[in-house]
Amino acid sequence: MSTEIDRQWTTRLRKTVVEKLPPDKLLPDTQPAYVASWIYVFGVTTLAALAIVILTGCVLAMKGPLWWHLSGTGHFVNSLHLWSVEIFFFAMVIHLWGKYFMAAWRGGRQLTWVTGVVLFLTSVGAGFTGYVSQTNYDSQWISTQAKDGINATGGGAIFNVLNLGQMLMWHIVLLPLAAVALTAVHVIYVRIKGVVPPFEEVK
Amino acid sequence: MGLTGLLGAVFNLDHVGKYIHWGFIQLSVSNAIVIGLMIVTFISALFLPFPGRRNRKEGK
Repeated sequence: MSTEIDRQWTTRLRKTVVEKLPPDKLLPDTQPAYVASWIYVFGVTTLAALAIVILTGCVLAMKGPLWWHLSGTGHFVNSLHLWSVEIFFFAMVIHLWGKYFMAAWRGGRQLTWVTGVVLFLTSVGAGFTGYVSQTNYDSQWISTQAKDGINATGGGAIFNVLNLGQMLMWHIVLLPLAAVALTAVHVIYVRIKGVVPPFEEVK
Repeated sequence: MGLTGLLGAVFNLDHVGKYIHWGFIQLSVSNAIVIGLMIVTFISALFLPFPGRRNRKEGK
């Protein structure tokens, strides 16, 4: 017979979490031999680049546009933010190609794949709103071009790319929150199901 | 000429962007270079030996 403590939500949640993802599975000591290949490093490269993107983004948010436009250090941090985004997408696309050709959704890993797809689309949105939030001629050009595309879809009424305040909020609040949350879920799914084995390993 | 000037001379971006036109496909040369580098990196990752692989025990 279950006690009152067994029935409370904190106990049930803890038991479920520990059962699904025990600590040695969350932070494993070893990985399967097939992981020792360069094609498996691009996921963690993307993760490392994301950490630099967030860190430099926080510095840019603290100091503001005048700093990143006019000071030497501001230019440097702005460039770090841009180039870590370049590395982020570079690594993420190679990660995507690698996982596509190894059919990484096998073995009950559908949700790992799906969260990755949604994360990719979220990152494209984050990159786009970043380009239109630069507050320079480049961002003016991109936003005036993009408005025609978005208006053609009917989305311009709720997502106005010419509204700098709205684009900046999407870029520094909503999309980073979504990207970090989805990354956490994606990595947790990888930990629960393990790294997908090559085709010859499952024959 | 400082380092910045030297880099500026090598990577001179002070001109109208160059584009590749292929039917309805239009992309900038810089984007084409990045895509090319991604393909080269992808193929290299498949074939280059990973350091320390031989020392690992199978299944570990």
